[in-house]
Parts: sequence; structure tokens; C-alpha cells
Amino acid sequence: MDSKNLNVRAIENGTVIDHIPSDALFKIINILELEKEMNQITLGSNFESKRMGSKAIIKIANRYCADDEINKIAIVAPMACVNTIKDYRVVEKRNVEVPEAIEGFVRCANPACITNHEKITTKFLVRKKNNELNLRCRYCEKTTTQDNMVLLK
Amino acid sequence: MKKNLVSITDFSKEEMLRIMDLAADFESNPHQRILLGSVVASLFFEPSTRTRLSFESAINRLGGRVIGFSDTSNTSVSKGETFHDTISTISNYCDMIVMRHSLEGAARYASEVSRLPVINAGDGANQHPSQTLLDMYSIMKTQGGLDGINIMMVGDLKYGRTVHSLLQAMSQFKTHFTFVAPPELAMPDEYKEHLIELGIPYTETTEMEKYIDDVDIIYMTRVQRERFSDLMEYEKVKNAYILRNNMLAGTKDNMKILHPLPRVNEIATDVDKNPKAYYFNQTENGVYVRMAIISYLLGVKK
Repeated sequence: MDSKNLNVRAIENGTVIDHIPSDALFKIINILELEKEMNQITLGSNFESKRMGSKAIIKIANRYCADDEINKIAIVAPMACVNTIKDYRVVEKRNVEVPEAIEGFVRCANPACITNHEKITTKFLVRKKNNELNLRCRYCEKTTTQDNMVLLK
Repeated sequence: MKKNLVSITDFSKEEMLRIMDLAADFESNPHQRILLGSVVASLFFEPSTRTRLSFESAINRLGGRVIGFSDTSNTSVSKGETFHDTISTISNYCDMIVMRHSLEGAARYASEVSRLPVINAGDGANQHPSQTLLDMYSIMKTQGGLDGINIMMVGDLKYGRTVHSLLQAMSQFKTHFTFVAPPELAMPDEYKEHLIELGIPYTETTEMEKYIDDVDIIYMTRVQRERFSDLMEYEKVKNAYILRNNMLAGTKDNMKILHPLPRVNEIATDVDKNPKAYYFNQTENGVYVRMAIISYLLGVKK
């Protein structure tokens, strides 16, 4: 029995998010607002992964992710997998899907963009280039790359 | 559906050609007071003499009236009013908004806030589409068409918004591009990739004179000192991107020199008298092109 299965089986009902790049773990904690979560949470990081070298994992008991939450996860962790657990078993395994457009939770990296000066909901078109996500701002038309992506609260 | 001109990509190829036709029509018959009774707001949150006067001249020649401001010091913006509120208020006073703003994306946002057509007269380093259309009109007038032109772009190809928009627009017309710039100011990869995707050939060089005799258009821009992190590098290259009259001896007869202006020293003044210098004619073309854009967006010319 490998350690991943052990982790997955360790909760009775809830969600296990696997294949998170280690450096995206805290971004997902923010996206899911886990600081407000009252259910049991297990976080692990810097686990060995054959596919990604190093990965992180999040297990949340009795919570299931909404579609828009999964969309947001996809932006910071395009390789992630969201498992729904019922009665200790994986009943659904979803690879996150990168949405074509996103609104309102990433800051435009261009300091001269109007969205950084006025109260405006940011809007981006998502483009995938060599496994990297690029966000093209609807307003300033500049590209925010994965490295300089900052999440808005 | 109202139509805006915020980014050059807001216009299809057909619409760009329509603007060319309308501009030619206004040039041959400039006295068409088809905007009589219309009010256009000219909102310059950032000062600009040339562009503002060119737009206001176009509106006046069409018989429309202009309201607006040429800087924000005497407006409610200086009292801390949000951009959103300024735009939605002024939208109730006029039929169209022409605006310049130092923040990038300001015109796109204004087009969402306002129910009126918005023309972007420059938003920071982002877009200045009426400049692009007047550059295209100048190319068309001097070359007899837009297809298959060989354009040499010289100077600051990294930050220059006019070269990026012109590249986007002309890439629909089988253009051959030659990029002449110091390595620090080279054409960004995303634009070169765009050309590769479209199968459009381009040449890159640091020496202007290498290909100067092959091109139909030289599009000059200024190499600005403040763009260089290494000023010694600037001193080394600054004279390599100055166009002088003696460099034009072997150029094609149809070749014309364009420049979005203002010029500083990148075109030597001895070029001005050469019939191949076209940069001052460009400014006249700008008025006809802006007449065309305004009347097209207002729907008085279809």
C-alpha cells in the first residue's frame, strides 16, 4: 500500500486535492479560505512525486469543492486532481480544467493597469503556452505569467 | 450594438479598409457637416497637443461641437472623483467620447461604463489605434495599396506602442517586416511569434543600412535614453538609429519615411526636404482618418 492511498483513505467523507505543486499549496489554502474552515484539514507538502518531483496534498473532511473553486485551483495548479471521498472511497476523480476566462481573483501584474488604480473586477483570457498559464488582461492587454500571479482577496 | 475603437484589434480587416475609403472620401471632399448638432467629449486626462487638436479639428470639420478638458487640474478628478463616476456623468452630456489616459486599459473600462462609443486616443503604453489607422492610410496613399508592402521599423521596437499596433494591423496584408533595433529594444517575442503563426516573413538586424534599399516604408521611432539601464550602452547605439539624407541615395523611388512624431533627433533635419520624407503629410492624413473613424462609429457613415 503506497502512502498516497493511505492518505486518500484516511478521511471518511470529504475532498482530497492531490498533485498540487508544492509552491502552490498556500495559494490554494487562500483560494479555499481554509483559515475559516471548521472541519478537520490535513496539509502535506514536499512529498515525493514521480510525475512532478515534489508535490503537496490537501485533505478536507466533510467539504466538497464548488465548480468555481475548482476553476480557481486550476489557475494556480493546472495539474491538480480533486478527489471526492464518500465512505472512505474515491467516488469522483476530477482533473482540474483550466477555464478559458477568469474574473476577479487574480491581480494584473502590470502596475500601470487601470485595475490596480480603480475598483474594477479584473478579467483575463487564459492561454496555455508550454505547460505555463498566461493571463491576458482584458483592460491593459498585458500578460500576467504564472510566476507573477498574485491572488486578490 | 454600439461600436468602440479602443484597440486596433476591435476593427476587422474589412472595417479598416472601410476607414481607408471613408478617409479618402473626406480628403477629396472635406466639407461634410454631417455631425451638425452632435456633441463629442474630448477627455484628455493626460495632456497631448497633437492628438487632441487633430481629433478636435476632425470633429469641427464635421460640424460637431467639442466639450472636454485638456488636463485634469480644473476637473472633479482633482477632487478625487473616481474615473467611473467621471465617465458615467459625462456620458449624459454628449454623443461620443474621445479620451486619453495615462493608465493602461482606461479606455476599455470607459467603454464598459458608458453606453456611448469610445475612441481611445492613447492609454499609457498600450494602444493608440487612430495613429495606426492614419499610418495605414499614409502607406496606402503612398504605395497605392496595403498588400505586400515591405516595412522597415526602426528604433524602440520593445516599448513603442505604435509599432506594435501597426504590426498587428498590417500583418493582415501580407506585409514583409524588417526590424532594426538595438538588442535592448528589440521587437518582443510575442509579436514575432504572432508573425510566425501567420506565416509572415520578417528580418531582424541592428544595422539600418543593410536592408534600407529594399524597403517601401521606413517607420522611424525614437530611441529614448530613459529606456536603457546601461547608459554606456545608450551612448554606443544612439547614433546608429538616426536617419540621414545621405543614407537615402539608393532607396526605392516609391519609398516613404513615416514617423508618429514628435521627432527629436532620430531623423536628421536634412531629410525633411527629401521628397521621400512623409512624416509631416502624415499629420494631415490624421485629420481625415479621424473624421472617418468618428463618422463610422457614430453610424452617420456606414
